[in-house]
Amino acid sequence: MAYYAKSKGQRVADWSVHYSLLACYLFFALFPLFWLFKVAVTPTKLLYSEGIRMWPSEMTWANFSQVMTDTDFPQFFINSAIVSGSTAVISTLIAAAAGYSFSRFHYRGKAVIIVLMLITQMFPLVMLIAPIFRILTPLGLTDSLLGLVVVYTAFNVPFATFLMQSFFDGIPKDLEEAAMIDGNTRFGALVKIIFPLTLPGIAATLGFVFTAAWSELLFALMLVSSPDAVTFPVGLLTFVSKFSVDFGQMMAAGFLALIPAAIFFFLIQRYLVQGLTAGAVKG
Amino acid sequence: MTAATDLGTHPASRQGVASRRFLSRFEPYFYASPAIVLLVTVMMVPLVVGLTYTVRDIRILNPFSGGYVGFAHFEAIWHDQNFHNALYNTFWWTVTSLFFQFFLGLMLALLLNRTFPGRRIIQSLVFLPWAVPAFLSGLNWAWMFNPVISPLPQWLFALGILSEPTNILSDPDLAMWGPIVANIWFGIPFFAITLLAALQSIPGEIYEAASIDGASRRQQFVSITLPFLAPTIAITLMLRTIWIANFADLIIVMTNGGPADSTQIVSSYIFTQAFRRLDFGYASAIAAVLLVLLMAYAVSIIFIRRSLLRET
Amino acid sequence: MASIQITEATKSYGNTAVLHGIDLNIQDGEFIVLVGPSGCGKSTLLRMIAGLEEVTSGSISINERIINDLPPRDRDIAMVFQSYALYPHMSVEENISYAMTLRKSPKEKIASAVNGVSNILGLNGLLERRPKALSGGQRQRVAMGRAIVRDPQAFLFDEPLSNLDARLREQMRSEIRKLHRKLNATSIYVTHDQIEAMTMADRIVAMHDGYIQQVGTPLEIYDKPANVFVASFIGSPAMNFIRGTASASGEGYHLQTDQGHQIILPKSLDLKDRMDVILGVRPEHLMIVEEGPASLPATVDLIEPMGLSTLVHVRVGQDSLKIFTLDRPDIAEGTQVHVSYIKEKLHMFDARTEMRLESPV
Repeated sequence: MAYYAKSKGQRVADWSVHYSLLACYLFFALFPLFWLFKVAVTPTKLLYSEGIRMWPSEMTWANFSQVMTDTDFPQFFINSAIVSGSTAVISTLIAAAAGYSFSRFHYRGKAVIIVLMLITQMFPLVMLIAPIFRILTPLGLTDSLLGLVVVYTAFNVPFATFLMQSFFDGIPKDLEEAAMIDGNTRFGALVKIIFPLTLPGIAATLGFVFTAAWSELLFALMLVSSPDAVTFPVGLLTFVSKFSVDFGQMMAAGFLALIPAAIFFFLIQRYLVQGLTAGAVKG
Repeated sequence: MTAATDLGTHPASRQGVASRRFLSRFEPYFYASPAIVLLVTVMMVPLVVGLTYTVRDIRILNPFSGGYVGFAHFEAIWHDQNFHNALYNTFWWTVTSLFFQFFLGLMLALLLNRTFPGRRIIQSLVFLPWAVPAFLSGLNWAWMFNPVISPLPQWLFALGILSEPTNILSDPDLAMWGPIVANIWFGIPFFAITLLAALQSIPGEIYEAASIDGASRRQQFVSITLPFLAPTIAITLMLRTIWIANFADLIIVMTNGGPADSTQIVSSYIFTQAFRRLDFGYASAIAAVLLVLLMAYAVSIIFIRRSLLRET
Repeated sequence: MASIQITEATKSYGNTAVLHGIDLNIQDGEFIVLVGPSGCGKSTLLRMIAGLEEVTSGSISINERIINDLPPRDRDIAMVFQSYALYPHMSVEENISYAMTLRKSPKEKIASAVNGVSNILGLNGLLERRPKALSGGQRQRVAMGRAIVRDPQAFLFDEPLSNLDARLREQMRSEIRKLHRKLNATSIYVTHDQIEAMTMADRIVAMHDGYIQQVGTPLEIYDKPANVFVASFIGSPAMNFIRGTASASGEGYHLQTDQGHQIILPKSLDLKDRMDVILGVRPEHLMIVEEGPASLPATVDLIEPMGLSTLVHVRVGQDSLKIFTLDRPDIAEGTQVHVSYIKEKLHMFDARTEMRLESPV
């Protein structure tokens, strides 16, 4: 916004309104997360007596250590990390190739493919739960991390493709033409010139896909049930429905689930806008 | 001149011209093919398969199911009170969530579209809920509404919003507000980020010109900011409507559709049919109805937009 | 070095033809400038020679060998891009040596070549820097260095100076010219700037709407433009045009302008009575004179003093004319003057075809 000449009193009033509104937003955004942490570090014996105190009179890491030693959460965490990590890597590779193709070539059928990808971003994915379950069962891909990776990769490729395309679009065509004149093949130019320049974009895409896969719940609920394939969201939900009073441990586990997502969030901050525009329909 | 520059000695130059043309024609398809194969096998094929389920009796728990039932599912849907209820709830859930997400997001974007000390850190912190996995947002808010471990019900009671400090998630009249609040919390950053980007793309000179022309701040907002934002607003609202209508995670996590189906929306109803009752035929039929409704929505929005554009 | 032959080359995108039957022979060591307004197809032609665009039909050969289907890397040409296209993640030295590295030249050879180039272009001391840390002029030099280090068959330049400010552009113009004299390599240079074309070219190829309009040395093109387009495009300030009808008078012809004035034409022209023509006259061939038999009455619209010279805008009826003079005429805007012309320097064009009318000799 432009600068406005104003009296000092007006300016002070203006900024106080501004900061108080922002304070409200901050409170709304952070209080639930703060509370998650607060309950997680409250000793069980104080949980009810100090249920609404802003900070427990005594703090403990016992809930976290119990989650780590007495429950299956470490296994769930590893499962989720494997699924999300593999999904991120494979989706990004596939999306990088497709995004490059969209960004650099004009060809017959390109518009159709793009429209197809857009449509997959629009229709209710919950529609696919039943057929995918029935298709994957005979292939032995239910109850397996591999099955989840395949499904998540397919779900994330369209969005990741648009994102990668926007990164490729940002790199001048001249560069690879110069490289081709300097003696590269097109593929050589891609690997030696374009790829190094897209690294930040690739990292951002990895982050977006990882976060999306880390959060997925419904397909995981449907497709896996044996503990060695259960992902963190499913594990947490099962835990919540089984031990619905053990709030300390639940929230400690919840807080653990937040950590990788938050780390990736701060890493991909710079690319949020690009990410959201590429996948305007994604969360 | 070095030998390498002599064109005639290049081994690949004479033969392989035809194959090179062939390769260069197929190169773009080659790069796009893994994505296409994956989309077709994991999304398109199941989609088509799912559509065939709508006319079949497929219940995983019943080994004798699988037969063709014609439009029986759709007839059942027509008479299914739970579905009607879910349809009504979907409307309510979508419109309310969207309304608050949008206006609170717009206001946040306007607040952040100024330079002030601490802006960067404040911005990262208010956007953080966007990164919180949906299932965790749901659980977190479910806990927030629990009067035993959270001060929130007390506060709502103190403010006169609740008549008693109880858990709204167990009150059929109020339960829907639980997932809606969680959804607003989760969705404000999306609108704020998108609108902030659009705001920042408005050239500053336009505001300067307008203020020299004598436009007040309010007039500038109405005559410059809003028209510039309009395209972004239109497209994000449309896409977000569809996305929210499909978004079942929060409801599944927080209320599972209850109490007494008061928070059941169509997509969570589909999930319940498929996951809990393993009635894939019926679930797919509802999904097909939802798909048709959403497509009708999208088409009518595009149509309305086009006729509005023609008028102006 | 190399000669380049372009034979009936065309280029279309789908049904849109952007180049029509281009024929051009470029001699070994020649400096050719392709000039024309944007969209005339000059860059497309250059990119076809480079191998960055497919040739729709016809052929392009280097040293009599058709290279239509050869990928860029096998053509042994170097190109300087408008954007310079320096690799942002490589140092200046790596940028310059990249092509040689790809060709697996021995290390010592690369080092000495880079050294030689950086001496010529004054890049010593910048070799470790990234392109981001260079000024526009330095980047331009690196782009040049990257091209000349390879000692290629031919150099292609795609508007290489258009991102520089006026002073630097002038300086680089003469440097590129000197470099060409030193290396004597076949060069094709694309520009929309007719001054670059005039000052740098051995031969100019003027292009418009996907056709070659005229090929010739700068002075040929300036003195005998083949058509109205070339006449108007080359030269600054631009040529004046007056529409009218040729009419026979005595042994010769005179021009009856649409404004009702009469201008006596040189006798040598191949004219017909009542033919619609366009008369072209360069601003330096017009002068302000006392009233006389061949003078035209005019009103002074605007006077643009440029220090060295003065440009006087006058109106003769509805026709606006510019007059270039090294004098500083003592006249005020709005006054009536008389304008005369050098009869031998008039250009005549057929109004229908816009082609130059030459003496039948």
